[in-house]
Amino acid sequence: MTFFLQILITGLVVGAVYALVAFGFVLIYKSSDVINFAQGEFLLVGAYVALSLVVFYQVPFLAAVALTLTMCVLLGVVVERLVLRPFIGERVISVIMATLGLSLLMRGLIQMIWGTETRTFPAIFPDAPVRLGEVAVSQVYLWSLGVALVLLAVFTVFFKYSSTGIVMRAAADDQAAAQSMGISVKRIIAVTWAIAAVVAAIGGVLLGNINGVNPSLAYIGLMVLPVVILGGLDSVPGAIVGGFTIGLLESLAGGYLDPLFGGDVKEVVPFVVLLVVLMVRPYGLFGKEIIERV
Amino acid sequence: MRNPLVMDCGVFTSNYREDMAILHHPGAKLKVLVVLVFFLALPFMVNAYYVSVVNLIGIAIIGAVGLNILVGFTGQISIGHGAFMGVGAYAAGMMTATLGWSFWIALPAGGLAAALVGGLFGIPSLRLKGLYLAIATLAAQVIIEFGIIHWPALTRGPAGMVLPAPTVGGLVLNDDTTFYYLILAITVGAVVFALNLFRTRTGRAFMAVRDRDLAASVMGINLFKYKVAAFAVSSFYAGIAGALWGHYLGVISPEYFTIKVSILFLAMIIIGGLGSVMGAIYGACFMTLLPIFLRETADYFGGGLGGLTHIMLAMQEAVFGLLIILFLIFEPEGLAKMWRKVKDYFKLWPYSY
Repeated sequence: MTFFLQILITGLVVGAVYALVAFGFVLIYKSSDVINFAQGEFLLVGAYVALSLVVFYQVPFLAAVALTLTMCVLLGVVVERLVLRPFIGERVISVIMATLGLSLLMRGLIQMIWGTETRTFPAIFPDAPVRLGEVAVSQVYLWSLGVALVLLAVFTVFFKYSSTGIVMRAAADDQAAAQSMGISVKRIIAVTWAIAAVVAAIGGVLLGNINGVNPSLAYIGLMVLPVVILGGLDSVPGAIVGGFTIGLLESLAGGYLDPLFGGDVKEVVPFVVLLVVLMVRPYGLFGKEIIERV
Repeated sequence: MRNPLVMDCGVFTSNYREDMAILHHPGAKLKVLVVLVFFLALPFMVNAYYVSVVNLIGIAIIGAVGLNILVGFTGQISIGHGAFMGVGAYAAGMMTATLGWSFWIALPAGGLAAALVGGLFGIPSLRLKGLYLAIATLAAQVIIEFGIIHWPALTRGPAGMVLPAPTVGGLVLNDDTTFYYLILAITVGAVVFALNLFRTRTGRAFMAVRDRDLAASVMGINLFKYKVAAFAVSSFYAGIAGALWGHYLGVISPEYFTIKVSILFLAMIIIGGLGSVMGAIYGACFMTLLPIFLRETADYFGGGLGGLTHIMLAMQEAVFGLLIILFLIFEPEGLAKMWRKVKDYFKLWPYSY
């Protein structure tokens, strides 16, 4: 039972981070029909920059995070302007390849700067685990879960009620109509990329605090694909539900199936789910049914 | 006398047969002959290192031409080709290393195994297009990689397999030069098959599917059949390339067939030119030579980066990524188009209009 609860909590934490990263993914897809295979690298950049600020420049943790996020806003905008803008209206395959190229480029640069060994954050949260009933949970997990949940709530409210959020939804719904109402779709897309980079960076900082930072963290950029496909590529609630579902599934598979197959099952289970979802319900749980059938 | 720089002008075809010929103008046959003789004589002209580089290029060409059949000609993107190569390599490897069969049976059988698996993962293409299909093939990549690592009874897991060298009669193909002729023959065969494929009913159907699948379907093309066939043919090429690669290196292990390989092959056809057999060849040459070029340059300037190999690897990745993006933005039709432009320039010179 304790084991099960432990797995459950790990799953929730990982799921929350997935939800965050998937959220950025969905935003970009909604606003510009671009699927961003480089989302994992954005996460890596965020984690490494925050880490460097804290470790090498001795910046206090919160200030470091604030600086990191500012930088990620810039990065998101620059990437959108330089790499993605030329592909507006191009074939899907060009866009996919462009973001794949972007992910190679970013990962290469990151490894040239920071190398490949795992680096750890200095302990920000107290070491003492919190006892929930009979389960001991380290505080990092709880904090991460809390931060992710708060952020998801904030963004949901932001999209529902703030004027920028409403404008973004309008642009996502129908770019041409939004443009004719005086909304600058280009600006909206830039904002979208900035937000996506920011949520990915936060995800990176959270995961970095739990496991340390190394380039394989970028693998999460692939793991969010099952998440967004399950939830629906263009659905924000879908990203959240999908994130938690995949996080839990992964954790359960890791706990109970790994010993049977000799490890790594948790990395493949989401993709098996992905294939099943694609075959049965390609638009996901909450996505719009606009898939063209031939 | 004909000006050697002037090429196409003055070719008049008077029947359909001539019109459909692969080698259109009179000089072309001679050119092909010269190129072939050059490649046949190559091992006698350069040292073994260069021969081994050409061998790797040849294998890359087989894979790239195959992937281009799927992506460039049929319009279906696959991010799983690294894994399909792995299927071919492992299937052939099991036959030669574990069962002790002849390489000459194992090679086509490896191709067929890859075609089977590729076709299987191509089935979702009935319902999925573009983005969704790309993600489905990505899932194939992850699942196959998992299978290779975690089925040690068949694949010997992460440790990999040692493969025996193929033999012809009494001759063992275990050095670069002897293997060179094998690879050359298969590469030429693969390229000629692909060139011919697009003159047949099937090849035309592939292109119709790419251009507008709905219209193709209305015109009586069985979409499911041709989409899966494209996956199968393309994976067959990948399987052959994988099997050849494995037997050439003499060893295979899971890390040869990761998603990086898939992306590398996609990069080859993007940089070479989507939907062009020659483009796939240029791309394969370019992407195989680039790391070597980078390494030599680094050696030249850095005096051998000794302990900094990880920086080299990272730089390679960054350069690949940058090249993909730059080509997509500035020359989406790749090196094939650039080469055509250069040829056209000389053809028209000095009247460039």
